[in-house]
Amino acid sequence: MDLRRSMLFIPGNNPGMLQNGGVFGADSVILDLEDAVAPMEKDAARFLVAQALRTVDYGASETVVRINPLDTFAAVDIKAIVPCCPDAILVPKVESAADIHQVVAMIAAAEKPDQTPVKIIALLETPCGIVEAYHIAKADPRVVALALGAEDYTAGLGAMRTKEGTEIFTARTIVINAAAAANVQSIDTPYTDANDEEGLLADTQLAKRLGFKGKLSINPRQIDVIHSVFNPSLNDIDWAQQVIHAIRKAEAEGSGVASLNGKMVDLPIVNRAERILHLAELLGLMGGEK
Amino acid sequence: MASIAKTAQAGTLESSDVMITVAPGTQGSGIIIELESIVLAQYGEDIKIILEKTVKDQGITDIYIKAVDRGALDCTICARTLAALSRAGAVLKEEII
Repeated sequence: MDLRRSMLFIPGNNPGMLQNGGVFGADSVILDLEDAVAPMEKDAARFLVAQALRTVDYGASETVVRINPLDTFAAVDIKAIVPCCPDAILVPKVESAADIHQVVAMIAAAEKPDQTPVKIIALLETPCGIVEAYHIAKADPRVVALALGAEDYTAGLGAMRTKEGTEIFTARTIVINAAAAANVQSIDTPYTDANDEEGLLADTQLAKRLGFKGKLSINPRQIDVIHSVFNPSLNDIDWAQQVIHAIRKAEAEGSGVASLNGKMVDLPIVNRAERILHLAELLGLMGGEK
Repeated sequence: MASIAKTAQAGTLESSDVMITVAPGTQGSGIIIELESIVLAQYGEDIKIILEKTVKDQGITDIYIKAVDRGALDCTICARTLAALSRAGAVLKEEII
């Protein structure tokens, strides 16, 4: 499982930010060729991002490049960027499985023979994209996550974007459900007010409760808050350890049924506990293991 | 191609960036570099080497380059030079357009 609690956008035509992108501790850095780059500077940003991928050390952060939409510069972006070995491509405004097939063909043509296959994260930000979410997630094994882009989506709906997010509730749950059904990750839309830490916390907590596995981020200051929400708490880890202990004890006693504090421990509970412990292990939070 | 077709520019004057202007050189002029940099004393020669190597790698031998550097890393200098060359009509060897 790849950790994608936080995915930080970095403008693709800003050398200062590109060279420092690895120091913020985001699980993924998204070098952005799309919205963060003026139309006249697309070519220059492509050169800069290509050079950054070859030379800048992004540490433990996954390197993702957001290309331009399929009907603009996607083909040129993929041809230039894929040979520089990013971990993944974030494809904006995906609306169908056919879009993914098109991207896969372009990536395959651009990859070097010995290169690790480049993954795809599909950014769903139109009503059509939300409707097709499951088929998009299942379109190709390269697709590892669905992400929600709520700003364009609400514009497509003709709705007002609010901090409460009532207008994107349906889209959020559709993306989460489609991703879970396809066994890929779901990543929530960014919280766009970088100065509102309380709002970010509430929005991220809601995203986690609904089932998202991570959140897009537009400012490095947001990363700690996002991680604090998506990291398992000590109580979560303690509960998960008790569940695993109870099920192992039951198995050792030849019983198929276990209970913890009077509640039955069945397979979904065990799966949830295992996910928590796996995440805790990845994050180095298992120091107090019993 | 020994030179480029026209004058072109890439980059900005922001911190960590470099603004590159390239102009066609006359045949036999060689690579002429004019460099302004906030780190001229420390890295001036290194920056000139990167500029020269980047244009030579593209097969360009006669060119005028003006670079105004604000502390750019090597990869930024290379990227901005390639962008300027591309905008000046050079057909680049690297598969980045």
